[in-house]
Amino acid sequence: MSRIETKAVMPAKAATPLRVGSPAPDFSLPSTPDQRVALREFRGRPVILAFYPADWSPVCGDQMGLYNEILPEFTKKNAELLGISVDGVWCHLAFAGQRKLHFPLLADFEPKGAVARSYGVYREADGVTERALFVIDGDGIIRWSYVSPIGINPGADGILAALDELHQ
Amino acid sequence: MSSHSPRLTLPVGTRDHARGPADAPVTLVEYGDYECPHCGMAHGVVQAVREKLGDRLRFIYRNFPLNTSHPHAMHAAEAAEAAGAQGKFWEMHDKLFENQQALEDADLMRYAQEVGLDTGRFTQDMQSHAFADHVQEDFRSGMRSGVNGTPTFFVNGQRYNGGAQLEPLLDALERMA
Repeated sequence: MSRIETKAVMPAKAATPLRVGSPAPDFSLPSTPDQRVALREFRGRPVILAFYPADWSPVCGDQMGLYNEILPEFTKKNAELLGISVDGVWCHLAFAGQRKLHFPLLADFEPKGAVARSYGVYREADGVTERALFVIDGDGIIRWSYVSPIGINPGADGILAALDELHQ
Repeated sequence: MSSHSPRLTLPVGTRDHARGPADAPVTLVEYGDYECPHCGMAHGVVQAVREKLGDRLRFIYRNFPLNTSHPHAMHAAEAAEAAGAQGKFWEMHDKLFENQQALEDADLMRYAQEVGLDTGRFTQDMQSHAFADHVQEDFRSGMRSGVNGTPTFFVNGQRYNGGAQLEPLLDALERMA
């Protein structure tokens, strides 16, 4: 695709999230200071990608805390949950420790937001990702996605319904 | 892109605890956690909207204990349900929200005495976790309905996305009443 075409398809302001049916772009991101997680490691199982704007949301049962409580339901469906934000690994480590999170938080930190961009969910003006969810099937195809208004925690009902459909 | 309009998946029924008439034009369902400070604040707000709307409002409370951050929430929820089995759900519910800093098992037992429960039966129900399944059912229904933290409210079955302060909640309820 030429540069001109790229500009026409992707206007500078409103990024467009990848569509259902598209292959999920592979990535490898740090989950801790000495470990990386790659999407392709989970081939054969559903993956839930939860992009969120930032660690340290102040409310009880914020989005990541909520998913942590619901983790057994995701596990029952053999699905892997990956949280992704532009925060660095040390920030993620402190946040996950304080909230006792039992799933990986990936640092889309350098180059900043590159993975979010590849999924069409980076907010250029704010320098953070959208609050966006993707459910990817075992073949690496996006089967469901949702971009929530940035201030509204979308909950888990959409993810669970999408996982149900994969199992049908 | 899928549309996303969270609605209550488990309809209000006889399994629920209700305050206010069954035929009230507005039903407010709260998913809450007895150890959550935001729910503690919302408790006062709910009391106030109930006073303002009177018989036009039916209020339902369901449990959504966030066990990782609130280690006492599950037992507190079970205690409220155990009190409910003895016809004193709301008495215990109020006690728990008025005493969020004291939710150890010994405190729960003290509240059981104070609200006039048969404490032998209460102890047995707590030890056998007689109501854990009911609490789990509440939790799962919330999870499936788009509960996104505590408290989460549903107004006539539709998730309420506004603030948990008196004015916005009352406003949303009055539009329906």
